[in-house]
Amino acid sequence: MTNFPGFYRSSIGKKMIVALTGVILMLFVIGHLLGNLQIFLGPRWVNDYAQHLRDLGPLLWAVRITLLIAVFLHIYFTVSLALDNRRARPQGYEKRNYIKASYASRHMVVSGLVVLAFVVFHLLHFTGRKFNARFPMLKNDPLNHYDVYSMMVYGFQNVYVSAFYIIGLFLLTLHLTHGTSSFFQSLGLNDKKLTPQLAFGARVFAWLLFIGYTAIPVAVLLGLIHPAQQL
Amino acid sequence: MNFQLNVWRQANAKSKGKFATYEARNIAPDTSFLEMLDIVNDELTERSEAPIAFDSDCREGICGACALTINGQAHGPKHPAAACQLYMRSFDDGKTITVEPFRAKPFPLVRDLVIDRSALDRIVQAGGFIAARAGSAPEANSIPVPKHNADLAIEAAACIGCGACAAACPNASAMLFTAAKVSHLAFLPQGAPERTLRVTKMVRQMDAEGFGNCTNTYECEAVCPAEISASFIAKLNREYARAVLQRSVGE
Amino acid sequence: MIGKLEGKVPPGPLEQKWRNHKNNSRLVSPNNRRKFEIIVVGSGLAGGSAAATLGELGYRVKCFCYQDSPRRAHSIAAQGGINAAKNYQNDGDSVFRLFYDTIKGGDFRSREANVYRLAEVSNLIIDQCTEQGVPFAREYGGLLANRSFGGAQVSRTFYARGQTGQQLLLGAYQALCRQIALGTVKMFPQTEMLDLVLVDGHAKGVITRNLCTGQIQAFAGDAVVLATGGYGNVFFLSTNARGCNVTATYRAYKRGALFGNPCFTQIHPTCIPVTGHHQSKLTLMSESLRNDGRVWVPKRTEDCAKPPNEIPDADRDYYLERKYPSFGNLAPRDIASRAAKEVCDEGRGVGPGGRGVYLDFADAISRLNEDTIRERYGNLFDIYQKITAEDAYKTPMRIYPAVHYTMGGLWVDYNLMSNIPGLHVIGEANFSDHGANRLGASALMQGLADGYFVLPYTLPNYLAGQIGKRPSTDHEEFKLVESEVRARVKKLLEVNGERTLTSFHRELGLLLWDKCGMARNATGLREALEKIPDLRDEFWKKVRVPGEGESYNQSLERAGRIADFLEFAELMCIDALERDESCGGHFREEHQTPDGEAQRDDENFAAVFAWEFQGNGKVERPKLHREPLHFEAVHLTQRSYK
Repeated sequence: MTNFPGFYRSSIGKKMIVALTGVILMLFVIGHLLGNLQIFLGPRWVNDYAQHLRDLGPLLWAVRITLLIAVFLHIYFTVSLALDNRRARPQGYEKRNYIKASYASRHMVVSGLVVLAFVVFHLLHFTGRKFNARFPMLKNDPLNHYDVYSMMVYGFQNVYVSAFYIIGLFLLTLHLTHGTSSFFQSLGLNDKKLTPQLAFGARVFAWLLFIGYTAIPVAVLLGLIHPAQQL
Repeated sequence: MNFQLNVWRQANAKSKGKFATYEARNIAPDTSFLEMLDIVNDELTERSEAPIAFDSDCREGICGACALTINGQAHGPKHPAAACQLYMRSFDDGKTITVEPFRAKPFPLVRDLVIDRSALDRIVQAGGFIAARAGSAPEANSIPVPKHNADLAIEAAACIGCGACAAACPNASAMLFTAAKVSHLAFLPQGAPERTLRVTKMVRQMDAEGFGNCTNTYECEAVCPAEISASFIAKLNREYARAVLQRSVGE
Repeated sequence: MIGKLEGKVPPGPLEQKWRNHKNNSRLVSPNNRRKFEIIVVGSGLAGGSAAATLGELGYRVKCFCYQDSPRRAHSIAAQGGINAAKNYQNDGDSVFRLFYDTIKGGDFRSREANVYRLAEVSNLIIDQCTEQGVPFAREYGGLLANRSFGGAQVSRTFYARGQTGQQLLLGAYQALCRQIALGTVKMFPQTEMLDLVLVDGHAKGVITRNLCTGQIQAFAGDAVVLATGGYGNVFFLSTNARGCNVTATYRAYKRGALFGNPCFTQIHPTCIPVTGHHQSKLTLMSESLRNDGRVWVPKRTEDCAKPPNEIPDADRDYYLERKYPSFGNLAPRDIASRAAKEVCDEGRGVGPGGRGVYLDFADAISRLNEDTIRERYGNLFDIYQKITAEDAYKTPMRIYPAVHYTMGGLWVDYNLMSNIPGLHVIGEANFSDHGANRLGASALMQGLADGYFVLPYTLPNYLAGQIGKRPSTDHEEFKLVESEVRARVKKLLEVNGERTLTSFHRELGLLLWDKCGMARNATGLREALEKIPDLRDEFWKKVRVPGEGESYNQSLERAGRIADFLEFAELMCIDALERDESCGGHFREEHQTPDGEAQRDDENFAAVFAWEFQGNGKVERPKLHREPLHFEAVHLTQRSYK
């Protein structure tokens, strides 16, 4: 009766896919942060790390494709759920007074789409090395690795870019304050006792990520980190 | 006490509705919200205006008939309670109170504040039962049930079927209602033989009725008069995943 | 003309009657069952369980309820529990003891064989409900728990927190849902029965009104089962749901069914008192509270206005403990209710209007601590707080008796069939099992016994001779009754006077509460019998029913019900006047023992009073038929709870 097609067409199946892909993306966000934080350890660490990733070759592409599929499914099913939800209440309320539903939980689609826009920009910015006249001028570091370190510092020295990063990260955080505890619920991995603890944990986790990520542009803007090569 | 009521009026499902304003004067603080509406209705009748239609029966919070959204909250500002357990002393004198029906596509409007919740019945009809022919039941104490499970079962079974969960949900999802029934029967050994089929069919019916999807906002549990926990939705998800696995993997 | 009333109690010793009867009953073979259409009106414990069981057996069932879902029937509000003679506690319980307690609690005014059968099938109900997934309370070992209830010395009450009625009803509702999905039962929610159709003297159909569309429609069946509950709402204020009404049974009465013991009504001692004119219903607080609460009023009337904690113990009158030292606060319902009325009549009542007594937990809290009390009664204290905004942990609850249940109902024989062939009546709607007073936790038992285990066996006795005799709704009788129903609806809408429905209902209720409530006397009853017809006349001249008939019209629904109450109230008073004795909940002030207890007159009144409709009004009095009650297994005694 219910086979796999039935599953991904059902309300619960769809949200489980959203949750599972969310977990993948969240793991990436954690890993990505750990990699980036190496900037505080000096150019050597970050540049080595970046080279290391590039050396993975096909494996890197496997990860990238997985992430791409995850992003696609995450968005596709969320939008499909959101459209269902819109249809489920054609006549809205005159007055609405939420008790428990948080701002974050009610605006996942919006926060998610802004994050998507941010990610696109971010990929073009640092992976595609766009929007900055200095990026093409960067020379390799002494070990002949691409100087990611300096690229990041030059990138964030632009106040507008950094501000956009911080806004994007803020929305990602908002998204994750709800999303992180939500996937436990969607996958049925919690109970009455665990739910409030998970909700608290999720908020702590999301804000730690925020602090970790924003530390980099903030540090650059405050002049605590300098480029490894002057241009 | 005196209040101004802003009430949704709609003659039937096909006509167009609108808000109308009424005065409720000299209301004793011990009057229940529904009794206040009774008083307003008697006055409307005396003035030859159509009384406000609203559903209620037991008026003690157990039958689940009353279904009002009061000032933007299903069952009004006091939780946990059904609208019939709400008293006028909970409101500030002289305030305006907005009264709307429970709104969701699967709850078509009948008149004014009365809605048709047969969608919830159909979800139960799809599988929310244990097939037990009268006369064939084994001796009641032959199957012990751990107290922990029995307690969880009754927590879930406390649902009064009012539909406030779907009315309050930003997505008009009836997941808490469905979760309560699936969980109630899944916690009991008697419910085991139909466990897989039950959750599959009930979820399919819930989706077919046109309810929205759960996005874990937990607004449902905040308004539930029976204090059903949203963690039962996690249980429903678990039961559903288990059923899908069992049905696709086979034995 | 109705001859001698036959209870059709099977012969043989009491404990073999039901078995013998089942062995000798007629059967309908499975392939014939689908040829029968059974109409079930009402979807509570009795109607829901009957419809589900008959559907399961293969009959084609049509089930009607006025609520928007069968799950909302008023059985849902029962809190306490359900009795069964399982003897899981090893405390000496047995079928005979449950039978004896029930018949004694009913003050020996019920039919012995029916009560014995009820006790006999009680155990099957627990098995059935457990298998359906009713989450009864359990011990840590996983086995079923019991608690004790009023009027019994053993622990035989099964319960599911304070929601036993809800859980049992959901069990029946789920079974019903399954049959609906299978197509054996067709459910008609929001549909009210407005009349019964008789064809050649047999009940063969009903006329209904769809409450959403206003459509009046005829349905034909091979048999009609009424499971429409009690008529407590005749008192305006009661613990019944707002929609509970007498219409179905009263309409059947007007078509010739006998009404049994209509004056037997139960006043429950622990309800939240009336607070004001605006009130639309009363709320019950479970009898179990009396296990730990002490009931008192001030000794002096001048203390009544003082806050309770300023009244010293010496100035309090713990009147139940004083009058009934051995049962104390756990005296049966009728006795506890009357005692409360007495002290309030003496002017010692407390709270608004002086109609209330204290139920005090201070002693229990100091003895056991607050947490224990919270664990036992927390949900009840919460209900109390919601309604009164008072904290019963700090200040005593105020309680007062309120109408709760009606033992009277349509007369039925041992097969649960009324004197009209084909018309079966089950649950609270019949008069059968509780005599003059019902014990706690017995209503749920009776509803489910009738629906799951009695009617499915007795109905074939009637059906077996009826194959192919179902008329079509084109039959002239259907046309006739339908036109009468339409005319009545039209008439209600056409009065267009100036008085509201509520004002009539309230006036009737107050009159009955005063003259035919907890205590009755001939003078008062005669007075009521003078006033009711006048009120009824005024109703038909001055009532205002807004709106039209062909749409959702709650005023019209209520109007029809109140119109029937206005007729039925008279029947109640006639019955109360005719029963010139006190028994159970029927307390005639003229008949009391020297210390104020109910004084039965077994020589003249050990009988069911079944009334036959002759017409309303002072002239056409209903005709009384008496079914004498014979007691073979029990010895009639004066109830004593001292």
